[in-house]
Amino acid sequence: MSEMLQTTVEPVQDTARPRQRRNAVVRTLTNPLGAPAAVVLVVVLIGVAFASLLAPYPLDHAALAEAYDPPSATHPLGVDSAGRDVLTRMLYGAQNTLGGAALALAVAMLIGIPAGLVAGYFGRGFDSVSNWVVDLTMALPPMLVLLASRAVIGPTVWALMIILGILAAPSFYRLVRGVVVNVRNELYVDAAKVSGLSPARIMSRHVFTVVRAPIIIQIALVAGVALGLQAGLEFIGVGSSPSTPTWGAMLNEGFQNIHRAPLLMLWPALALGLTSAAFVLLAVALRDALESRGAAPVSARSRRARARFRTPDIAQGDDRSDLLSIRGLTVAYPDDQGAEREVVHGIDLDVRPGEILGLVGESGSGKSQTAFSALGIIPSTGRVTGGSVLVGGTEVVGLDETGWRAMRGTTVAYVPQEPMSNLDPSFTIGAQLMEPLRQVLGLSRAEARARALELLRAVEITDPERILRAYPHEISGGMAQRVLIAGAMSCDPRLLIADEPTTALDVTVQAEVLELLRHLQQQRGMGVLLVTHNFGVVADLCDRVAVMEHGRIVESGPVTDVLTEPSHPYTRRLLDAMLEDIPIPEPITAEGGRA
Amino acid sequence: MIVYIVRRLGAGVGLVVSISILAFLLLGLSGQDVGRALLGINADEAAVAAKNHALGVDRPLIVQYVDWLLHAVRGDFGRSWFTSETVTTSIAQRLPVTLSLVVGVTIVTAVVSVALGVWAATRGGAVDRFVQILAIAGYALPGFLVTLFLVVVFAVNLRWFPAVGYIPFAQSPTGWLSTITLPIIALSIGSIAGMAQQVRSSVLDVQNRDFVRTLRTRGLRTRSILWRHVMRNASAPALTIIGLQFVGLLGGAVLVEQIFGLPGIGNMTVQYTTRGDVPVIMGLLMVSVIGVVIVNLLVDVLIGLLNPKARATA
Repeated sequence: MSEMLQTTVEPVQDTARPRQRRNAVVRTLTNPLGAPAAVVLVVVLIGVAFASLLAPYPLDHAALAEAYDPPSATHPLGVDSAGRDVLTRMLYGAQNTLGGAALALAVAMLIGIPAGLVAGYFGRGFDSVSNWVVDLTMALPPMLVLLASRAVIGPTVWALMIILGILAAPSFYRLVRGVVVNVRNELYVDAAKVSGLSPARIMSRHVFTVVRAPIIIQIALVAGVALGLQAGLEFIGVGSSPSTPTWGAMLNEGFQNIHRAPLLMLWPALALGLTSAAFVLLAVALRDALESRGAAPVSARSRRARARFRTPDIAQGDDRSDLLSIRGLTVAYPDDQGAEREVVHGIDLDVRPGEILGLVGESGSGKSQTAFSALGIIPSTGRVTGGSVLVGGTEVVGLDETGWRAMRGTTVAYVPQEPMSNLDPSFTIGAQLMEPLRQVLGLSRAEARARALELLRAVEITDPERILRAYPHEISGGMAQRVLIAGAMSCDPRLLIADEPTTALDVTVQAEVLELLRHLQQQRGMGVLLVTHNFGVVADLCDRVAVMEHGRIVESGPVTDVLTEPSHPYTRRLLDAMLEDIPIPEPITAEGGRA
Repeated sequence: MIVYIVRRLGAGVGLVVSISILAFLLLGLSGQDVGRALLGINADEAAVAAKNHALGVDRPLIVQYVDWLLHAVRGDFGRSWFTSETVTTSIAQRLPVTLSLVVGVTIVTAVVSVALGVWAATRGGAVDRFVQILAIAGYALPGFLVTLFLVVVFAVNLRWFPAVGYIPFAQSPTGWLSTITLPIIALSIGSIAGMAQQVRSSVLDVQNRDFVRTLRTRGLRTRSILWRHVMRNASAPALTIIGLQFVGLLGGAVLVEQIFGLPGIGNMTVQYTTRGDVPVIMGLLMVSVIGVVIVNLLVDVLIGLLNPKARATA
């Protein structure tokens, strides 16, 4: 439990406008977790504030004759082992218990927040010194430090709570520092600096508005943890003197008398559990309220909005390729409201053995989704909502993972766009090349190694022995792309799907990799679906081309025809852009990335 | 890798020494008159002075510290002021109890958290919701309250386990198991709550990385992608959490050992610190901090072994 003193909530970006922020309070209080938590805290706080009014007896009242009496009209919660009224002690105990936790919290905030602001804003010397102090504090078990401090300063729980506050300060420090470091580099802070505002003004005006929400959440969390530790100290009897009522001490008394009067333990346990839980649940509800900003629960609606699967009308005598043939393919993703939004609207295409088909379009045109559907790797949120995809003559729409495994590597293989992120950073190139050889083709270790070397030579890597032993971060991007092509070739696929295979590479390396792809394709007689936004690549490599715009194929045909006499205005625009050497714009798509 | 370990080790030694200086100063500044505390209010001044001289506490603090440090590096933490026992021996006697507790908790936490976290990440559904609720509950309920609940239910009412006491493993393995099981479960619940959630989010995070998609297109078995590639890449954040939790575990052990009456170093801490026995407090503090440093070093080495990039850049 005490390790949570040092954990920090994920900074929540409170980008809500003031009006929405007021809504966040409402949402917190109407949240199924937040509402009861708030009620519990209000009840407890009323108890704390009016303890002396609400308590049925004075604090020092004791009647030994009534010891262990069960709850009754005169003693609503019963009587403890020393003949004291339990309700009275619970109320005064709340004062001491919550007071202790509040003190710890206040100290933690007073140290942690200003230190975090300064360290994050100014950096440099102060930053490294305070980071060192934080590391030091984090290596200390809080419970041990508290016990050791008690030896020095004696049995005063308030002093211990100050020390607990110091130990909890890093959780605020790290939170605030992290957020401030991010904000410091924002443009509006630079603007404020240029306009001559003092650092203090900037921090209080701009920075504090950003860290406010995460701090509130962290307060609730630390309050809950401090409460638990405070009660823990009291429970083992190292806190205040025995006559001072606290929930922890009452728990201990109840635990000692568990056989004689189990209820004595129940009351403080309930109070402590409920209060502590209320703090944390309130924090969770606050976080949810600030994070969600009104997004509706998705699942129920999306299920309703799911379109029925559309079976394509395939004409009699349709000449479908036995390598890759797509008819009426539609792909959809859920949008913010949970309804499915179609991104590919029913496309047809064929790739025949030995042929290279270029699939051209801007980012977001749906070309990558089309390619993914021929590999069964559409991200799990999206799905194929209609159509037919034949890969090597097998219908793959609705195929399960086992079925796919029989096709992948041997029938169809994949060359991705970004070489570095597509290699597992934790394994050597050799291990990554050999694994499919052993699993898919069932080769022995030695055979797989020999084959891997052969593959690396085939992709024109001059020092295959060294590359085999290298980790991905030790090789260049161009080299990594060759390795990925080698990986795609490893099980002799009949169809290669290459998704922008040269986009992430340097211009000189691009030409080499294209040359390599052409060479391998001719040598092995593979069919290739080449996804690209670059007509230069198409002109260089492809036999036929299909142009995609907004999820539809607007034009397709032999490369020479499309390049010389484009019939669709969109194709013409793309061509013009290329001829004028203007990079084709890459608009940010609704999905927030490339499609 | 060697350079990496040596550097981490150097940082660890620096940390231990800094904390020892800080603790020694703070404990020394308390101005406690040890001789008086030992001999009682009626002892005469000369006897108190003689006692203080015998304990060496009449020397300047810096001399005391250097003396302490020179002995400490040889594993000698001096003798308790109150019982005259050798601190090292007392700690060595109690350490196995706390170690079996802490190691047991770490193993249980790792196994259960990986199982729950991976299940939640890959299958979703009820297990996923359970892991989320557990994570909140782990935060929301003080650990010792959960422990008390377990004692009341399983020891007091059901009588499945003894409520208090400890039987050493050497004396009776089954007895050891019966006395240590409930404490381990009690301490594990909180750790699992934090860790399972971390495993879940790490696995989800790695599963969405590009290379996992590419590995799928190579025709690899789903299981081998998950356990070889995803788990290895997801392990670093989870291991870091184990290191962080270890610090808290030592604190949790204090409460759990009190509740179950286990004669471990947590129990010893409560006993001796309340009397202000500085040599014992220093010894306990050092053993704990060294434990924390060793665990974090192990975590760093493991992360380095599993992650070649961390090894290269560290």
